[in-house]
This record gives sequence, C-alpha cells and structure tokens, in this order.
Amino acid sequence: MTTLTRPVATAAPHPPERPAARRRPRLRLGDALVPVFAALAFLYLLVPIAYTVAFSFNDGGKTNLVWRGFTLDAWRNPCGAPQVCQAFVNSLQVGVVSTLLATALGTLLAIALVRFTFRGRTLANLLIFLPMSTPEVVLGAALLAQFLTVRVPLGFWTVVAAHVMFCVSFVVVTVKARVAGLDPALEEAGADLYGSPWQVFWRVTFPLLLPGIAAAALLAFSLSFDDFIVTNFTSGSFDTFPKFVYVSATRGIPPQANVIGSFMFVLALVLVLAVQVVGAARARRRRAA
Amino acid sequence: MSVAQGAALQVERVTKAFGGFTAVDDLDLEVPSGSFFALLGPSGCGKTTTLRMVAGLEQPTAGSITIGGRDVTGTRAHQRPVNTVFQSYALFPHLTVGENVAFGLRRRRERDVDRRVAEALELVELGHVADRRPAQLSGGQQQRVALARAVVNRPALLLLDEPLGALDLKLRRQMQLELKRIQDEVGLTFVHVTHDQEEAMTMADTVAVMNHGRIEQLGAPADLYELPRTAFVANFLGQSNLAPGTVVEGPDGHGLLGVDVGGSRVRLPAARAVAAAGRVLVGVRPEKVRILVPGQEPGPGENVLGPGVVTDVSFAGVSTQYRVELTGVGTFGVFAQNLLGGATVAHGAVVRLAWSAQHTFGLSGDEDVAAGAADLDGEP
Repeated sequence: MTTLTRPVATAAPHPPERPAARRRPRLRLGDALVPVFAALAFLYLLVPIAYTVAFSFNDGGKTNLVWRGFTLDAWRNPCGAPQVCQAFVNSLQVGVVSTLLATALGTLLAIALVRFTFRGRTLANLLIFLPMSTPEVVLGAALLAQFLTVRVPLGFWTVVAAHVMFCVSFVVVTVKARVAGLDPALEEAGADLYGSPWQVFWRVTFPLLLPGIAAAALLAFSLSFDDFIVTNFTSGSFDTFPKFVYVSATRGIPPQANVIGSFMFVLALVLVLAVQVVGAARARRRRAA
Repeated sequence: MSVAQGAALQVERVTKAFGGFTAVDDLDLEVPSGSFFALLGPSGCGKTTTLRMVAGLEQPTAGSITIGGRDVTGTRAHQRPVNTVFQSYALFPHLTVGENVAFGLRRRRERDVDRRVAEALELVELGHVADRRPAQLSGGQQQRVALARAVVNRPALLLLDEPLGALDLKLRRQMQLELKRIQDEVGLTFVHVTHDQEEAMTMADTVAVMNHGRIEQLGAPADLYELPRTAFVANFLGQSNLAPGTVVEGPDGHGLLGVDVGGSRVRLPAARAVAAAGRVLVGVRPEKVRILVPGQEPGPGENVLGPGVVTDVSFAGVSTQYRVELTGVGTFGVFAQNLLGGATVAHGAVVRLAWSAQHTFGLSGDEDVAAGAADLDGEP
C-alpha cells in the first residue's frame, strides 16, 4: 500500500544520531560516516515536508509552484480557496467514522483470534492480511465494480465502507499483539471476583488493551485521512482532501492546501511528543515510587 | 449458607477430558467446612484442573460439584461464592492495590468497601501500600495482596493455586505460617493446591495426594505419612524404603504377618497391610530404621535385614543419612539423629538394619517400588 510508510516517517522524528561516545580506532571512518548518512537520510525524508510548509507562506496566486514572496494570507484565511475546507471536513468525517468502525471491529476480531479457537480461525488469520497485500488500485477498482453492481450510490458511505475494510486489517494486527501479551489469568481473576463477562471486558480487558487500541486508531485515522487511490474509485463526486489536492494539481494547488497539510503535520507531531512526554513522566514516577 | 464459617465442598465423580487426555478421572472429594485442605501431587496430576473446575473456570466433562449444599455444576466463575489466589497472582496492573482488593466487593455492590479493604490489607500487614500499583511491590507483597483480594470477599471457599510457588524458600516458609494464621483468623475453608509435600503437611488438616487425575490417598498428614497405602504416596510424601516380599505366614496372635524378604523373615501388622497374602511390598520410613553394628542385637519385636554394606554417609546437621546396600533386597536409607554428635558408622562398614515391626507397612505387590520417587521439586 502506498500510504503505509508516510505516517510512520512523519510521525516519528528521530533525533539525529549522536556522535560515537567511545573512541574505537578501528571504526573511526564508520563512526564519522554514520552521522553523515543519517543527516542525508533525514534530509531526503524531510525536504518534501519543509517544502510543503514553506510554500504555505508563498504569495502564490493561482499557481503555487514558484516562490513569489512571503505572506500570511493563506494562514489567515485557510478556507479562502474554493472547496478546500469542504474537502478537508469531508476527510475528517470519513476518517473519524472509519476509525471508530474499524477500531471496534478490529479489536473484537483480534480478541477472538487470540483468545478463542473456532472453525476457520486459521483462514481468518490469513484473510486479514489480504487487504494489506493487495494493490490499492486493484482494491479500488474491485470495490467500484461491486458498488456499481449492487447499485449503491457512490459518496460518503461507500468511501467509509472501503476505508473500514482496509483499516480493519491494520487494527487487527496492532491489537492482536497486545492481546497476545495479556495474561489470561487477569480475565479469569476478574470473573473469579464476581465480574460478569461484560464487566470483565470493560474493567479488565479493555483498559489493559487501551494503549494498543489507541495506537491502532491513530494508524487507522492516518491511513483513512490520506488515502487517495481507493477513495478516488469509490467516492463519485464526493471530495476528500487528498482527492481535492490531486484534482487541483492540474490547474495549480492553492497555498491553502499547504496550510492544511502543514497543520496536520504539526498536529501529529504534537500528539506524538505529548504521548512521549506523558509516558516518560509516568515511567519516572514509577521508578521514584 | 454460613459464609463466616466457610462452606463444605463436595466433588462427586468428576471427570475432565481435554481432547483425548483425561486430566481428572472420576474424582471424589469431600472438604469439610472450615478446614484447610491440601491437594498434593506432581505437575500434570490434575490438581490445578480440579481447582479450576471448583472455581468455575473449567466445566467438568462429567460429575457434579457442590458448594455449601448448593450444586454449582454448570454455573460460571462469577456466580460462585468462591475466590482464587492465582499462581501468578493475576493482580490487575492498571489498578492500585486498594482498587484490586475492592474489585470483588464492588462487583457485588457491597457496602463499607473502603473499611473492608483497609481491614483486609491490615490482615496481610500491607495497609501502607493501598495507593501503589502492583508492579511497585515485591513478589511476597504481591502474594499477600492477592490473598487480601480474595479473603476480603469472605468466600465460602478460598482456593489457592500454588500460591507460594514463585517465592524463594525463606519467604515461602514465612508465608506458610502467615497463611495458616490468616486461615485461623478468618475461619474460611481453604483448598490449597501444591506440589510441595512439606508445604502440604505443615499447613493442611487434610491432604489428598493426587496422581494421574485420581486421588491416591486422603487423610491427615500424619496418617498419610505413617501409613501410606500406595507406593506413590509412600515415595512422594517423604521417603520410604520399599522391598518386595511374599507373605508366607498368616496373622499370628499379635496380628502380625510373616513376610519373606530376600530370604529374611519380616513381620508386618496385618492391619497396616493393603494385601494380606501373596506378593507384597514391605515398607518402612528411613527415620524408623536403626543401624546395628556387629555386636549389637535387635530388640524384641524388631525386624532385621542384612547384613549389608554402607555405601553413602551424608551428614546433614541434625541427622546423618546413610545408604545401605542389602544383598537381594535393595538399597535402604536410614536417617539417624545425631544424638551423640557426628556419624557413628563409616562408609564401607558391614551392618544390619532393625526397626520395630509395628512401623512396618505393606503395599500391593503389583506396585512399582520407585513410583513417585523422582520428585525433583521436593525438599528433603
């Protein structure tokens, strides 16, 4: 899937490699080169993002391709370009609904696949990987053919259905790892202490799986939010943000698109940093106690 | 049901099969209310499966389970007046110690939760850690929290699944006393599963020795020890000297059978023998046996075997353990109290062994002399 590597690369800004602390004469050349390679790699990764952010301040006019001068116009009025905010809101809505559905379904699937033995479990385990390994173009075309066959009007709900389909796989894989690491004795202890199956799920299983579920939901949202290929096939005249950007590329992408892109990037960055900071603080508190 | 006293447990003809493997085989068990009952056996003998069926975490393939006069077969774990202390403790890592202990009370919407939680933590001397997370406690403390979390509910039955298995030896001995004290204090029925025979004997009023999904023998620890009825019990619970023999004389006026063991005549009380005719295994505990050096004679009413050669002498502080190779009989162990200080018989010495006929027990001759002896976890 073409979208898979991007959220990871943007969401996890590693600090540059620190210079080797210990001097080992034999590897001096390598020690010197590693930071250079690392810097080159990060340059390669970050240049497009820097470009996006920089051109959100461009006094671009109709085509935002060459630098014409600094302005805050686009940031002051992000909805200035026609349809850009509508597309953004559409993408948010699709993202939120797909994430909720895919996370709920995927979590239940993951629990079932790890905790229970049933007929067809091996097959289900295998099939879960299919949407991840099938080319998106094929998925999109197949979905379009299906929707046309059963005469579903293309729009918001067909996009959501398509996104839930491929997001579920990622949710299952992420949550499954967490369920596998959960001691079954904890749930048994919950039942032993008079917890009904419902209470045990909400008071024991769910809180303990929550970090995995949250990670899966973030992944699902970022996959849904920037999916273009499948969306393009299944959306009809319904515009999402990636589709808007793609379509406007032919006549010039307005700087407002860069503004929204930069905003999403900063938001993801802040989110990741916040999680790191909270996690580190919690770990420190635990050590101190 | 009288919860304060604990309730009686009856397990009737319970079988549990996993696929083709029978973990528990037609098991009958009766635990009187208020008692401290131990299920003792090697790993894989079905003791944990039995406990899980009582807790409602497994359903029996056949048979019935009755707690306090109520048939609970088929009900689920949360519907049974039973609490378990799990081997891994299974404390909820996302809740504080206090919330862990309160879990059962809150599920049953009981009143006075805070006070009862504080009391339960006080009982295990951990009142000061109520606000901590389980991960911040030592293994011994976690063990006590797990106990408090179960005891606080005043269950009809408290089930303990190898609760001391993860602790080191010293802490384990300390917790054994602690558990016994708590059982006295709260007066609940405790069912304790363990593979540690010393633990079972020191703590329990009644011990059931389990092997291959069945109860080999059930009784008070001293009774089991003094009069084992199977080779497995004789070897698993402490150590035994077992020698094959044949009954050659019926009971005499004192109720003693005459048994031929490797050419020597050994007397065996008929009341202490499983079989009174044909091939039998004659047994005696090593601490009941004394060594006769040349010149010493057995007393009246004593059995004598030998002569044999001392093949091993190991000094263990309070006692010395000897291995004596008896021709045509086998190797016997002897535990001699170091009353006079140090070992009195040297390696390689030729000696005879004597013990009171009243301490002899007889087992079925079809049994394997070594059954249950290879217990690597047991302590001497």
